[in-house]
Formats: sequence, structure tokens, C-alpha cells
Amino acid sequence: MKALEPKLAVARAVGGLARAAGRGGGTSLPGKVLMRLEPDAIRALSARLPQGSVAISATNGKTTTAAMVAAILARGGTRLVHNRAGANMAGGIASTLLEAARGGGIDGELGLFEVDEFWLPQLADELAPRALLLGNLFRDQLDRYGELETIAERWAEVVARLPAATALVLNADDPLVADLGRGRERVVTFGVEDDAMALAQMQHAADSKHCRRCGHAYVYEAVYLGHLGRYACPQCGARRPDPLVVAREVRLNGTRDAAFALAIGERRATVALPLPGLYNVYNALGAAALCHALGVPFEQIAAGLETVAAAFGRAETIALDGRALSILLIKNPAGANEVLRTLALEDGEIDLLAVLNDNTADGRDVSWVWDADFELLAGRVRRVTCAGTRAAELAVRLKYAGVEPARIAVVPELERALDAARADGAGPLYALPTYTALLALRDLLARRGVAPEYWR
Amino acid sequence: MPDTLRVCALYPQLMNIYADRGNLLLLRRRCEWRGIGFALSASDLGAPLDPDAADLFYVGGGQDRDQRLCALDMAECKREGLHAAADRGASMLAVCGGYQLLGHSYELGDETLPGVGLLDLRTVRVDGPRLIGNVAIEVELPGLERPRVLAGFENHGGRTHLGPAAQPLGRVLRGHGNDGAGGFEGVRRGNVIGTYLHGPLLPKNVWLADWLIARALGRDAPLSPLDDALEAAAHAEARRAAGV
Repeated sequence: MKALEPKLAVARAVGGLARAAGRGGGTSLPGKVLMRLEPDAIRALSARLPQGSVAISATNGKTTTAAMVAAILARGGTRLVHNRAGANMAGGIASTLLEAARGGGIDGELGLFEVDEFWLPQLADELAPRALLLGNLFRDQLDRYGELETIAERWAEVVARLPAATALVLNADDPLVADLGRGRERVVTFGVEDDAMALAQMQHAADSKHCRRCGHAYVYEAVYLGHLGRYACPQCGARRPDPLVVAREVRLNGTRDAAFALAIGERRATVALPLPGLYNVYNALGAAALCHALGVPFEQIAAGLETVAAAFGRAETIALDGRALSILLIKNPAGANEVLRTLALEDGEIDLLAVLNDNTADGRDVSWVWDADFELLAGRVRRVTCAGTRAAELAVRLKYAGVEPARIAVVPELERALDAARADGAGPLYALPTYTALLALRDLLARRGVAPEYWR
Repeated sequence: MPDTLRVCALYPQLMNIYADRGNLLLLRRRCEWRGIGFALSASDLGAPLDPDAADLFYVGGGQDRDQRLCALDMAECKREGLHAAADRGASMLAVCGGYQLLGHSYELGDETLPGVGLLDLRTVRVDGPRLIGNVAIEVELPGLERPRVLAGFENHGGRTHLGPAAQPLGRVLRGHGNDGAGGFEGVRRGNVIGTYLHGPLLPKNVWLADWLIARALGRDAPLSPLDDALEAAAHAEARRAAGV
């Protein structure tokens, strides 16, 4: 592709201008410009990667899972081209590749890309990944993504087009995802096997309750998270595949960390995971299974998982004027439920800054807060400050979930809300922002000089 | 005068796509806070509907696959019960998919599914985008002295056309409404309300929740007031989102 170089230069120049104009890092603008100039840029640039690419898609956990894969591969010295800031549509991935392109080559060995679930069909064709990890499918932003079944059908088409040599890494505990491996050869599955983690009943927001093959309701031996668990169909006999990569003896330590016994085939190790919650155990299993599919040694996988740091806004803790501010992104019912379940493990009453925005990237439709189990916080909240464009909607949700109205403050403007929440009380403060609220919070904390360096 | 509101939700496990449980939770809490009893039952696939078992029937929206199952079941098992309930003046709130199913018919892909024919309307598919976005409508209801604004979110592929016997629920102030063109939204027949507004609808329009409770209980006197400061702010937010 001879004509590519001048286009890369133009797209880079636009990126430089955008940065100079104060648009900040992580913009997908250069990539968008590049895609306009050269629609085949992702295919052309990713083909330069000597070890090819791997792709990760899921409703929840993409960014963290990719960070875990990066931590594991870093121990082996693999040089990655990775969209680590989470810009996971075509523009963001093109930007990442553009940044790594050098002359006719590329600075990196392996591409590691998280991919938006809606964009996966196009990007899987262009990236031609060696391995594709599909982590989970949950109800999410119906105004933007449409129904879950629609996404599942699109994914099934993606899988049908994958070459036989592509490794498919699937969550055995998600029936919608596990079924995609039917009839394929190179499949690595992962799942949890720990009855102590089972929920008493299926959460309300659970989605995929009916057999993909015959439509009958699944029977669950254990439900771990949303509709993830050990299931079987009593009508046609379809059942959860026995996972190769397994977590047993899971221990959850509040909002701080977790530990589990990792098994891959006959190999066993105890992993002290620096991230909290069962959802991060699932992310770790996905990362381990993907690395296993790439041929990474077991010891490196187990050790790498212990070095992973919180991804941006995912259980990250920042010192803010004497308080420990932990930031936990919430964006859909299943993800929010896991954050709430993890918060509920903390002792005593908690202080919250909850931020609900309804910008395009959050989903304009805020219905989902009524599907999330905020009831888990009833009787557990000392003070909650609600902020964002739909602050009062969230306040009403909390009130009807059983939080006393006297403990709920509505302060829509984020900076005022942050200061109000910080000034009222001592000890840990938990921020639960939606996606664009997380970005705004990051900018606010960066301006105050308390954000980690890599945010900038 | 009954002191318990009996609510029956149709297919709560299948028809709940837009957080419909939020509407049920609103009704429950607003009864409890007033000392009115609240009893929730479900009517699921395969079960006939007892028209006397509830004062208020609720049906939400579902994914296409689930909605198809429910449409067939409703026509077969629940048609008579729903008609009997409406005829005796029971209240109903049907949202989104549930609204579509109360009409004469409902197109899904190439298939035309039967409705229960409780409301004089048909829902068709057209080549065109889904109608998605914040929406606000102006509504006049018996017993309320002035028109009120109902604000929420709509997301529907179907276009619903009202027949001559049907009366719309309200006039579209902002948003698409029934068919994206006619300027009207929803339908009302006595105490039966159908609407595309979800979000869920009642948390941001508690005046409608209270209207439904009062009508379902057959009360003429207004319900005792509650501290609705947060609810009023949420209503204002939803209106602002719709641009009203």
C-alpha cells in the first residue's frame, strides 16, 4: 500500500493540532481522520504486526481484561500495540495503530485490542485476530446497541467467518457466549466452580435465561453473576461446557482485592489478584485463557495476574485531601450489580458520590438504573451525593431502593458535588460514575493535580 | 373502600426489558408510605388471567423473541380475562411492547401476530429507523383539573395507528409518539392506558402513579400527599432531557 504514508502523516498532523488545541490525550480523532483518508488502514497497519493481533470483546470487563493480558505478556517481554485507554471503536483502534506506525513498519510485536461489541463484526474482519476472547453479553444501552439477541446474532456471524486457525476463547458460564463455540475446534473455555460464590437467586437483570438451541428455560445448578453460572437445558440437553481454565476457592476481600485457585488443565496455582470482586475474577480467567491460547507458560500467567493494576476508573483509588477516593465505573445493570455487591462487602456505612449522565456514550436512556440492584445499599449508606445530568433520577432510584431521603443529596454539577461529598465525612469515599462522568471526573482530578500520571 | 392495591404483572420475567420493575416498585412504595396495602402477583405463560384477581394490571416490553411468545399466549390464554377486567373498570398500564399487544395485531418481521383486541389500534413495521429518544407529551385525565406533562424515553420499531374508536393518551410536545408523524402518543380507554414511554415511566411522573393507584382503588378523594421533592426534580430532569 504505497499511498499509505502521506495519509498517516496527515492524520498525525490533525492529532497534533487537536492536542495543541487542548483536546487532551486518548482522542480517536487522528484515527477517524485516517479512516476517512484510507478506509483499509486498520487492515494494512495491523498486518505489519509480526505476531498478529488478539481481540477482546464483552459487555463488561474489556478494559480490565486487556490490562490483565498486557500485565501477563509484559513479563515475557512482548512489545504490545494496545488501545489501553479503552477507545475501542474503529477510530480508537486506528489511532492506536497510527501512533505505533514507523515508516513502513510498526513499533510493536503483538496487537492487543479491546473491541466494542457492536463494532466487532467490522473490526474482527479487519484485524484478523489470532485469538478472539468473548467474555460476556449483558443488557446494555438498549438505545444504542439494541436487543441482546441482536448482538448475539451478530457475534455468531463473526464466529462463522473466523478462519479455523483462529483460537476462540469463551466464557463457559455465559450460555449466550459459550454456545458460539459449538462445532469449532480451537476453543478455550473458562469458568468459575465455587458453590460459595453462588447467589441465592437469579438477579432481576439476568438476561439470557432461555436455551439458545431450543428456547426452553435453562436450569441453573449455580448462578454466580447475572446469568453467568452452571446451567443446563432440561429439554434438549445443552449444557455448560466443562471449562479448561477454572477458578475455585474464590475469596473476596471487599473493595480491595480477591484471591482464587487457578487451574488450567492439570496445572494449579493460587492467585492473589490485586483487584476486587467476582467480576474481576472472571476478567482474570478470560485473560488467563487468552494467554493460554497464545501458548504463554502457566507460571507466567499466574504471576502476571498478581501484578495487574486497576485500569482507568475500575476500582482505582486516589488520595484526595485526606480521603481515599475509589472510582468504580457503572454503566449497565450487570456491571453496576457487581460493583454494588462488592461495595456491600465493606464493613459499616459507606459514603458515595454517584454520578449519572445521559450523554450519548452513556446511553441517553437511563432506564437501566432501575434494573440495577441498588437495594443492596439499603441501610448501608451514610451519605450519598448524587450528581450528573440525571442526578435526581438516581436520587429517586436510591430512595425507592430503601436509602433514607435525609441521607441523599442532589448536587448536579460535578465539581460542586465532589467538594460537597469530600467535605462531608472522613475515611473512604466511593465514586460511582457512568462513562462520561468518569471522563469528567478524571479531568477534574487531573486539574487538581491528584490524578495518576498515566491519566494525562 | 379496599385498603390494599392488588397489582398483577403479566409475564414479569419476560416483559421487563426497559426496567419495568421500576414502575411496580413505584406503586408499591407509594402505597406503603400511605399505609395502603400492596399485593403483587404474576400471570405467566400458560395461565389464564383472572379478571377479578387484581385492581391494576401491568404489562411491560420484551425482546422480540420473548414478545412473540407472550403475544401468542396472551391471545390464547388471557384475551377473555383482559376484556372482562377492562369491562369491569380495572386499571391497566401497558408500556411499549405490552401496549402493542393490547391492539388488534402486531407485525414482527414478516409475521403478523394477533393482539388481544382490547384497544382499537394496530402496530405495523415500516422501512425506517427505530423511533428512539426522550419524549414528553401533554395528557388530560379525568379527575385531574389541568393538563399534565408525561416525560420519558421511547424506543420502538413499530408504528402504532389508532382506529376511529381509540383516543390517544396525549399530544406529543417533543419526541416521536405512536407513529412518528401524527403528533399523538399512547392510548386511553377508561382506566386502561397504553404508552411507548418507558424509562421507567412512573418514577419520573409520580402524578400518574398516584392517578393509577386512586383509580384502581376507586377513590374519589385525592391520596394523602407525600414529600416528592426528589421526584419533582427527576420529573424536571426528564422534561429537560426531552427539551420541554
